[in-house]
Amino acid sequence: MSKSDTLIKINQLYKIFGDGQDNALELVKNGVGKEELLDKLNCVLGLNNINLNIKKAKIQVVMGLSGSGKSTLIRHLNRLIEPTSGEILVNDTDILKLNAKELVQFRQNNMSMVFQKFALFPHKTIIQNVGYGLAVQNIPKDEWIEKATKWINRVGLEGYETYYPGQLSGGMQQRVGLARALATDAEILLMDEAFSALDPLIRSEMQNILLDLQSELHKTIIFITHDLDEALKIGDRIAILRDGSMVQDSDPQEIIMNPADDYVSDFIKDINRARVIQAKSIMTHTKTKSSGPVVQENMVLEDILQIMSDDPSKPVTIENSKGNITGKIEMANLIEGMKRPKSQGTNITG
Amino acid sequence: MDWFFKFPDMSRSDLREFKKSVDFAFTDFSRTYGEGIENFFEPLLMFLVSFEKFFINTPWPLIVLGIILLAWIGSRSILIVIGTFLSFMLIGYFGMWEDTMSTLAIILVATFLCISIGIPLGVAMARSNKVQATIVPILDVMQTIPSFVYLIPVVMLLGIGKVPGLIAVCIYAIPPIVRLTNLGIRLVDKDALEAADSFGANYWQKLFGVQIPLALPTIFAGVNQTIMMALAMVVIASMIGVKGLGLPVLQAVSNQYLALGLMNGLAIVVLAIIFDRVTQKFGLRMQKYRNDGKD
Ligand SMILES: Nc1ncnc2c1ncn2[C@@H]1O[C@H](COP(=O)(O)OP(=O)(O)OP(=O)(O)O)[C@@H](O)[C@H]1O
Ligand SMILES: [Mg+2]
Repeated sequence: MSKSDTLIKINQLYKIFGDGQDNALELVKNGVGKEELLDKLNCVLGLNNINLNIKKAKIQVVMGLSGSGKSTLIRHLNRLIEPTSGEILVNDTDILKLNAKELVQFRQNNMSMVFQKFALFPHKTIIQNVGYGLAVQNIPKDEWIEKATKWINRVGLEGYETYYPGQLSGGMQQRVGLARALATDAEILLMDEAFSALDPLIRSEMQNILLDLQSELHKTIIFITHDLDEALKIGDRIAILRDGSMVQDSDPQEIIMNPADDYVSDFIKDINRARVIQAKSIMTHTKTKSSGPVVQENMVLEDILQIMSDDPSKPVTIENSKGNITGKIEMANLIEGMKRPKSQGTNITG
Repeated sequence: MDWFFKFPDMSRSDLREFKKSVDFAFTDFSRTYGEGIENFFEPLLMFLVSFEKFFINTPWPLIVLGIILLAWIGSRSILIVIGTFLSFMLIGYFGMWEDTMSTLAIILVATFLCISIGIPLGVAMARSNKVQATIVPILDVMQTIPSFVYLIPVVMLLGIGKVPGLIAVCIYAIPPIVRLTNLGIRLVDKDALEAADSFGANYWQKLFGVQIPLALPTIFAGVNQTIMMALAMVVIASMIGVKGLGLPVLQAVSNQYLALGLMNGLAIVVLAIIFDRVTQKFGLRMQKYRNDGKD
């Protein structure tokens, strides 16, 4: 990937909650961990040397257990939380250097956020909620009403304009949250466990709405979740946090095939590997055609198994989206691929 | 062991000197600045007087009509409107009309003053912990100090009359509105504020667009309390020259007129109940979105 693809660059970001931060920062840089810091200085280590490049028009997922610092990280991007030390470049501007006025401008124009608990304004109607980001920019009322109406329709809530959030179901409320975030036309979308509070069916529906919108809008999305299935479904890249440190940042396939440590292995141990691993992750690279049928690089193992079951002895040929042959898969590869890897200590941290 | 059984207090002559010097200092102060302060409050007096005149000079049917209209707009309850109507008819029938109008005037002016000072004060307290830490003890003193005690400096400064009465009422009635405004704003959902922040709302946009609207039910409870306390203060304020329902009560107490005291006392109670019910209903209607928003 060329450098110009990167929209957000996070460099050596540290966040320590509590007093005596200078002292604490020194300790953390010298390798003192979260627990020890809490014992010694009564400070909570929020983020520990985070380095992350987020690519334009992609969905960057951030995963981790509760308390691992996901919300803390995403709130640094629009400076709802101030860091202890570090750099965050958006389009080569260090947003940590913006003054109060520039920060307001930046929040109005460049980033918008969707919240886990929706965080709608209960005293405003749906249309006022959706238009909020525009109204605070002092855009004339008829203009923001028009835009808000468009986005309400786009998320499938036409007819609910004059309702209050309290009258809508959770799924509908989060559509309002999504419409509110999209209405400002900000390039970057921050989503902090946006779908976690919804039940599975509605959640899946919301994921589809998001993917559908993304195929059209090409936003840069930072999406936080602790659900691996969700991460695999929508993430172009997945970063994994543990106790404020980043343990892995890579392609979703890479996470499954090569978990960086036991923590990551633990995350992926319960997924249905056949349903998420793609051909390209397990194929043997070759440019020659094999005896079996031809399948696409991104087909999942489950589907390949279905195709191969007709004649298991013939390896399938794999081709990429351009139609060039890139490899082959034999039955033995399939079985090997579906097996859970023994946790490897290999260091492939991004 | 003498000190163990008798408190080692100041000698009597010292104490007398101490009290004297405080009294003289304050007398000096009121001599020098009393007139200036009086002039400062002159507009307030004009305001109060014209308000009172308006109430007394407007023909009673118009006043009754206006009041039941307001009761309807505030409460949307036919029961409350009927109750209000009957109460005012009875008050008039028992010859307390004029006193009631005076009381109404001072209550309304006092409430208006308390709101216009109290809400900004509450907002400032919610914004800064330092301001809160400074103002809370002052409010505590205002609420616990016996009202007769602060009547003394007020009267020394401004003499006897409507304005000192009004000030005494305000000192007594303002704490709830300040406290509840502060509390209401501090209790506003953190998530909603964070959302406002994330869209780049500035301080004033957050204050008027999110914090005050969401705190309004609590603020309104403060307004309600302030009105109630102002009414309770009416009798005491009549000791320093405020006309109205309090004065007959005061006379009744000193002369042991049971019927007079009871009638005027009940009139105050009736006013209190009407104010309370109407403002409470109004407060409830303001937060209809909290239940399900359907009208
Ligand atoms: N304002 C704060 N003061 C002190 N500690 C904090 C503060 N905010 C967060 N923390 C701590 O920082 C750590 C990371 O919290 P964070 O909310 O980012 O976790 P998370 O990954 O989002 O968890 P969850 O999945 O529960 O939302 C936690 O240990 C938390 O206790
Ligand atoms: Mg969180």
